[in-house]
Amino acid sequence: MKRTVAYYPGCSLEGLAEEYDRSTRAVCRALGLELVEIPDWNCCGSTPAHGYTPLLSAALAGRNLALAEDAGLDVVMTPCPGCLKALKGSLEKYREDPACFQDALGRSFDGRVRVVSILQLLLERIGPEALAQAVRHPLTGANVVPYYGCLLTRPASFAQFDDPENPVSMDRILEAIGCTVPDFPFKTECCGATYGVTRNPIVTGLTGRILDMAVRVGAAAVAVACPLCQQNLDLRQQQVEKANHRSFRLPVLYITQLVGLALGLAPEDLGLDKLFVSPESLLSRIDQASDTADSLSNAG
Amino acid sequence: MKNGQNLLRIQESRDAGFVERVERESGQRVSQCYQCGNCSASCAYTHVYDFPANQIMRLIQLGQRDMVLRCRSIWLCAQCQACTTRCPCNIDVARVMETLRVMAVEAGQVSEKDIRLFYDEFLKSVAAFGRVFETGLLAAYNLKTGKPLTDADLAPQVLRKGKLALMPQRIRGRKEVAAIVRRFVDAQPQR
Repeated sequence: MKRTVAYYPGCSLEGLAEEYDRSTRAVCRALGLELVEIPDWNCCGSTPAHGYTPLLSAALAGRNLALAEDAGLDVVMTPCPGCLKALKGSLEKYREDPACFQDALGRSFDGRVRVVSILQLLLERIGPEALAQAVRHPLTGANVVPYYGCLLTRPASFAQFDDPENPVSMDRILEAIGCTVPDFPFKTECCGATYGVTRNPIVTGLTGRILDMAVRVGAAAVAVACPLCQQNLDLRQQQVEKANHRSFRLPVLYITQLVGLALGLAPEDLGLDKLFVSPESLLSRIDQASDTADSLSNAG
Repeated sequence: MKNGQNLLRIQESRDAGFVERVERESGQRVSQCYQCGNCSASCAYTHVYDFPANQIMRLIQLGQRDMVLRCRSIWLCAQCQACTTRCPCNIDVARVMETLRVMAVEAGQVSEKDIRLFYDEFLKSVAAFGRVFETGLLAAYNLKTGKPLTDADLAPQVLRKGKLALMPQRIRGRKEVAAIVRRFVDAQPQR
């Protein structure tokens, strides 16, 4: 199996989610996974392209897959579940009707590539045991709830990874890096998606419920793997607080940032300063726990 | 329900070929829906819909084309796939909702014009630069909807974090991307 993986960041990761890009690259580098950014990649078209017609979405996303193929790469990894859905949808459209797909794309394509998320890559290529062994600063003392959102594992026929109703891939990664993972009933509830701009009260309502549940199960932070979920839970947390007349101040970190912390990577390589809700409360909890552990082991 | 009166004249407004068209274009057997209601129970958006998802399925079966294509629900669906995951008849309900959007645009019956406008501006941004330019997209949306203050409260903190991009990323292959978009929509690149 080739170690080199084609990397498709997607537009969010060079904008509001730049810390997801930074931490993904840093974690993969630390774990010996070589990422090759797809040269001159373009937007996958996201929901708007799919809303015109799925074939437009397939063609836009397909150009990136064709570029990866041209570069001789057979696995494409994207951290963004929206892009993941578009890229997988593209492969599905190609398989339905290759000629029609290539007409829409205006390029030749053989559909040999496979598309995976960062979670899938970490679990398939590294695995929880090897990840746990690579940990230098276990995040003990931290209750972190995994929030998967809608698209990472749904629909199941598409994702072909993890469970659509009760996904556990992020739970396993969090446990491997030493976090305590409380049972979180809202793992796959929708955060309001793109309606932050067009219908803001939808997001403040739905995201408010998710943050409320996270607080109720005792979370010190929420782990996410989607730029849009992160945006709604973190950037819009003040809007959510205002609309719900309460304060959360709950840090919302990308799973790659948490893994990076456990691997002992520098905070600046993980973009922790880019989060809107400061992760300070979480970090001090982890430090306290490791201090206690140190003093116990010293005493022993 | 505000559309109750219309339902009494259901025969007059029936388009007998509608269910077949939706089934053909979505690839889903909507006629198999037996109204268990799992889709609506799973849906996080029912509270903003005019018709819950299961009623949309029933209205399609009844050939109520105009009522379905003009409804707000099809535009407020976030494509979260909860309905699709839980349908016991294996109907991809989210795909049906999406198909209805496309049909509503073709029929000129878009009920939620600003959501549609957001999509248009998004694709214009993609056609112009090859990637989405978040700042420009929001500015264009605010201008064209006449809601200049949308998300203005977020601007100071985004600026403080150094996340407000002032210039788009232009890729080399943007003409190729624009050509793909133009094959499907008449989206002119922005200046």
